[in-house]
Amino acid sequence: MNTYVAGDMRGAATPPPVPLRNDPAFRALLYQLALLAALLYFGYQFALNAQANLRAQGIGSGFGFLVNSAGFGVNQSLIPYNESDSYGRVFLVGLLNTLLVAGIGIALATLVGFLVGIARLSPNWLLARLAGAYVEIIRNLPLLFQILFWYLAVLGALPSPRQSISLRGGIFLNNRGLILPMPVPGNGAGYVVIALAIGVLATIALASFARRRQARTGRQFPLLGCAFLLVIGLPLATLLATGIPIRLQSPELRGFNFVGGLRLIPEFVALVLALTLYTGAFIAEIVRAGILAVPRGQTEAALALGLRRGLMLRLVVVPQALRVIVPPLTNQYLNLTKNSSLAIAIGYPDLFAVFAGTTLNQTGQAIEIIGITMAVYLAISLVTSAVMNWYNARIGAAERR
Amino acid sequence: MTTIQPGYVRRSLAEPEPPPAARQTSAARVRARLFDRPRNVALTAISAVIIALVAWPAIRFLFVDAVWNGTSRLDCLSQTLGRDVGACWPFIKAKFPQLMYGFYPESQRWRVDLTYATGIMLLAPLLIPRLPGKRVNALLFFGAFPLAGYFLLVGGVLGLPHVETREWGGLLITLVISFTGIICSLPLGIVLALGRRSTLPIIRTLSVAFIEIWRGVPLITVLFFATYMLPFFLPGSWKIDGLLRVLVGVVLFAGAYMAEVVRGGLQAIPRGQLEAAIALGLGYWRMMGLVILPQALRLVIPGIVNSFISLFKDTSLVLIVAIFDLLGQLRAAFADPTWATPSTLFTGFVFAGVIYFSFSFGMSRYALSMERRLGGGELR
Repeated sequence: MNTYVAGDMRGAATPPPVPLRNDPAFRALLYQLALLAALLYFGYQFALNAQANLRAQGIGSGFGFLVNSAGFGVNQSLIPYNESDSYGRVFLVGLLNTLLVAGIGIALATLVGFLVGIARLSPNWLLARLAGAYVEIIRNLPLLFQILFWYLAVLGALPSPRQSISLRGGIFLNNRGLILPMPVPGNGAGYVVIALAIGVLATIALASFARRRQARTGRQFPLLGCAFLLVIGLPLATLLATGIPIRLQSPELRGFNFVGGLRLIPEFVALVLALTLYTGAFIAEIVRAGILAVPRGQTEAALALGLRRGLMLRLVVVPQALRVIVPPLTNQYLNLTKNSSLAIAIGYPDLFAVFAGTTLNQTGQAIEIIGITMAVYLAISLVTSAVMNWYNARIGAAERR
Repeated sequence: MTTIQPGYVRRSLAEPEPPPAARQTSAARVRARLFDRPRNVALTAISAVIIALVAWPAIRFLFVDAVWNGTSRLDCLSQTLGRDVGACWPFIKAKFPQLMYGFYPESQRWRVDLTYATGIMLLAPLLIPRLPGKRVNALLFFGAFPLAGYFLLVGGVLGLPHVETREWGGLLITLVISFTGIICSLPLGIVLALGRRSTLPIIRTLSVAFIEIWRGVPLITVLFFATYMLPFFLPGSWKIDGLLRVLVGVVLFAGAYMAEVVRGGLQAIPRGQLEAAIALGLGYWRMMGLVILPQALRLVIPGIVNSFISLFKDTSLVLIVAIFDLLGQLRAAFADPTWATPSTLFTGFVFAGVIYFSFSFGMSRYALSMERRLGGGELR
């Protein structure tokens, strides 16, 4: 390997034997073994210490606590939960709440990000400046600051349920949260779902047919209109045909609080709002960079071919911009998911708050609980980056063809 | 032979566009930027409405309706003043020492100020590229200053009374955590990045695992790990300071991110540089220290500053593990009933927001100017 012996060039054909202590391969092995031994030694010491400390403080170990009864309430749960349920159930409730916030946050942040990113590139000077100010202000303030701002200063200042701010369509806003009418499915609502499924499947089939026919004959197919009819028109027609089986249950004020309807707790609203605006600002920068990364010649070439603006964006600019946008975009999605753990600061019951917060407090089993929590976030990250690498390999391949 | 005519190809020539105006007047420029088409006019109108809706109430709140003098909440209530009340600045005035120093003893606060002053004096010449003596300057800032700052702030030597870190708080904590994170995460990041690029399989695997684990979890789990889990692994007789635990967490986390930034720089160095260093007979550490790292680090200065910005913003998370940084002190100040008014919260958030914004915005502008400078260097 790397034996830098200067005498090689002039002297004997075979270099003199290298002493063992100067042999790079031997040294490499030695260093690595030494590092490994040191790590093992420290690991062993840590384990011994942990054992002694846990015994001294009377804290149990192992994962047996997961089946014990939790004994605390959770103010938002997607699955049935009550205080006598186990810590394992609490974990599940928290995980679902984390995924809910992450899912909604990602969808909204993408929307905000693309709108603001495109606005920053607008030829309209004022709009571009406005979008730029939004991005600069939001990006330079800590996320936790923004979460607390929305939660304490904005949502905390809302009136009590009796003095609720009433918006149109049975929507109420008060310090207990955002109260929306809840759609309640009646008889025959299943048909609408079936119609929607048929519409989606038919659209996919149609898209595939249209693509093949255009490749074969060059004739275009009005796909967008057909897709609109199938995905929205068909379920709507079914809805009307079955006599509108979905009813909106509006909330009513009874006593000191609202009954019925769908209540979004203020913690949820504040968290989604802050995560959306914060991540949206970062996504806006990514979108802007992605669009700017498409060389101007591409746009000019597309216009020279006579493509209309919409077609030019869809066929030439967006596919090339996406190749630049998607990797950092996924990174932002991951960041948003990880940042949702800041929920603990305002008491939204996400995985971190109910598990690493309350459960840790009650059981004291820090090693197991923090270990599980870190493993869950790590798993989400690794799965996302695996999917990402796969997608990247796919769209990256288009370049090489 | 039949030719297929795709639907999106023009069949007739397009109308020629008017020649571009040689020189536009400023009025024409404004028109082109804001009012040239109906759609543009609409966008301008919408933007103007949004700006007016945000700016005017903000100005009224911050200046016009603001209360400038007072001693208690009564001075900031619209009931006592008989008018709309905006920002309650006396609240900030009353809480200013806590927001800046926490509960650092009042008679000792000059030590904090002295630390700041020394830091600024050493940092300013480091940031200006034209000034000479960068090596000595950097050695002083990254080597001597942290030591001096430590003894100055903690005390217990040279007749300075000892101040426990429990009494620290506010902006002081924010800056101490950011600064320590910055100067410790950079060497850690460099070592990890070199480890990740190493040809030695065990070292590479360990580095990759370390980097990916810390990057894959949220900072708050790392802080919890450092605060609640780390003490279990150390001998029971060791009493570790709460602030130190948090610092360990922050450095591990920031180091992993820094490693990825540095790796980007290492990857950008052409292989020829490496081969040339080997041909000269340099060993690994000399090759890295004299040839590769000086080039790689210079390339990633903007990336490093950007990591510093995230680190600075992320320090606010320590309030969750009961360390009272600027945001933590602000939250504690909100709980004080003597200043509970409807505008207290907004006032406090504006004040802390301006501080956070100035630091991160300043850093990001510096990164941008460095990026331009470096970009210009490459064009030459």
